[in-house]
Amino acid sequence: MLKDITIGQFFPGNSIIHRLDPRFKIVITLIYIMMLFTGSGVSSLAVGAAFTVISVFLSKIPFKMFAKSIKPLLPFLLVTAVINLFLVDSGELYFKWKFIKITEGGVNISVFMVIRIILLITGSSLLTYTTSPITLTDATERLLSPLKKLKFPVHELAMMMSIALRFIPTLIEETDKIISAQKARGAEIDTGSFTTRAKNMVAVLVPLFISSFRRADELATAMECRCYNGGEGRTRLRQLKSSPKDYTALAITIIFYITALITAHLLKS
Amino acid sequence: MAVLETQELTYTYSEGSPFEKTAVDHVNLRIEEGEIVGVMGHTGSGKSTLIQHFNGLLKPTSGKVLLDGKDIWENKEKIRDVRFKVGLVFQYPEYQIFEETVYKDIAFGCKNMGLDDAEIKRRVFETAHDIGIREELLQRSPFELSGGQKRRVAIAGVMAMNPEILILDEPTAGLDPAGRDKIINHIKNYHNKTKNTVLIVSHSMEDVAGFADKILVMNKSKLFCYDDTKKVFGRSEEISEIGLDVPQITKVFTQLKKQGLDFGKEVYTVGYAKDLLIKNLRERSI
Repeated sequence: MLKDITIGQFFPGNSIIHRLDPRFKIVITLIYIMMLFTGSGVSSLAVGAAFTVISVFLSKIPFKMFAKSIKPLLPFLLVTAVINLFLVDSGELYFKWKFIKITEGGVNISVFMVIRIILLITGSSLLTYTTSPITLTDATERLLSPLKKLKFPVHELAMMMSIALRFIPTLIEETDKIISAQKARGAEIDTGSFTTRAKNMVAVLVPLFISSFRRADELATAMECRCYNGGEGRTRLRQLKSSPKDYTALAITIIFYITALITAHLLKS
Repeated sequence: MAVLETQELTYTYSEGSPFEKTAVDHVNLRIEEGEIVGVMGHTGSGKSTLIQHFNGLLKPTSGKVLLDGKDIWENKEKIRDVRFKVGLVFQYPEYQIFEETVYKDIAFGCKNMGLDDAEIKRRVFETAHDIGIREELLQRSPFELSGGQKRRVAIAGVMAMNPEILILDEPTAGLDPAGRDKIINHIKNYHNKTKNTVLIVSHSMEDVAGFADKILVMNKSKLFCYDDTKKVFGRSEEISEIGLDVPQITKVFTQLKKQGLDFGKEVYTVGYAKDLLIKNLRERSI
């Protein structure tokens, strides 16, 4: 059940996407998100979709994995679609019954919204699927390092992020184990009425919290044993180096973004 | 009749994904009522996956698990009843403790069974007594107890459900020798008292050699052998080959045999070795 959660998972590989400099990958992902949300209309969405499909194809990660990352968000997508469908009131009227109205604008926006969110999830999953959490936080730290001058705790933030990411799979595994153990004692966790299930969640959450605190304690001790004392003067095992292919990738992304903007503009006028 | 039986039991993790792995591969076995079975195997040999099928936590990819001759997955709604009949104590069970008091935590399983309060109280007191948890501890928070005590509380929680089959996954992992002996003794006493079937997973032959009737060895997802303890230790060399450790005393006797001192019997407990040696020495001195 919980094994189906793929957010934050990393699939080791050696594709071109895997080998890109993580700093560039983060910037590219940001531009990609801008591309999805600034451009309006079919054309810019089509450009975004094309960009997604090409990247997914290049990453050589099975399409199934992306479907899996979207699956848990289906209820959210459904709610978004329904709300937009009924609440947006613009354009031609398709259907009216008492206070319920479906209009052209509503249909458009709800379809666009759903596609946009799917693309957004696919794109950001691609980032985590192809970049190991450690390089990802390294890159974030480097990208945010100018903020250090403003006394912003960049290193601490990056460290917390990398620890959090690192422990997602561990926590999922732990949760699975505790659920199994409580089920073995006859607790109804995925069966039974809502109230019994809610009650039995206590039997899962209490041990989970306790073990998380224990883990945090152990990790802190282990870090201190290795003389960790913050980011000051710390050197890195893996130095991030950019190469021509990173600049090319960034350039291609920018071209896509501009194309999306231009086509949207041309279609409007 | 066999109390537990598997037919061509197979389980594949993450079927169809790049992480696909068959953890249990066409396993057939019959466990008779009242036996103590030692389940052994390397880390990743599939033993933990296998035992999670016995109480219906995992559903076989193919094959069947029969409890008292009935397929446990025949009726999905009844799978909870299977869990009351087959009690499973996980590895490091102290991490599943969550209630405010030791009493409540031991009672959790019984409560889920729907027993009345008087019966729950009787069972909790009895099990706690049998497993060496003093009565005054019952009203304390389980988190104040020592590691060994916590483990015993967790085991008591499953024992109190009085399952027909009790399965313990590495019940002694991470305990000191004294704590280990205590738990093993409590399990022996439980078996003597209830005559229920007991399965103990362990990767230490030393642990189970002394009291298991039968030994089940898993190797690379397959059933390597399942036979009387004596016969299994008769194959001690094969067992060493697949990377499992045989008891030290068995090693000594295998070496003696190689050097020409054959006692003609498989030795796997120190007590038995002592008797055998004394008997032989007496015969010789006569």
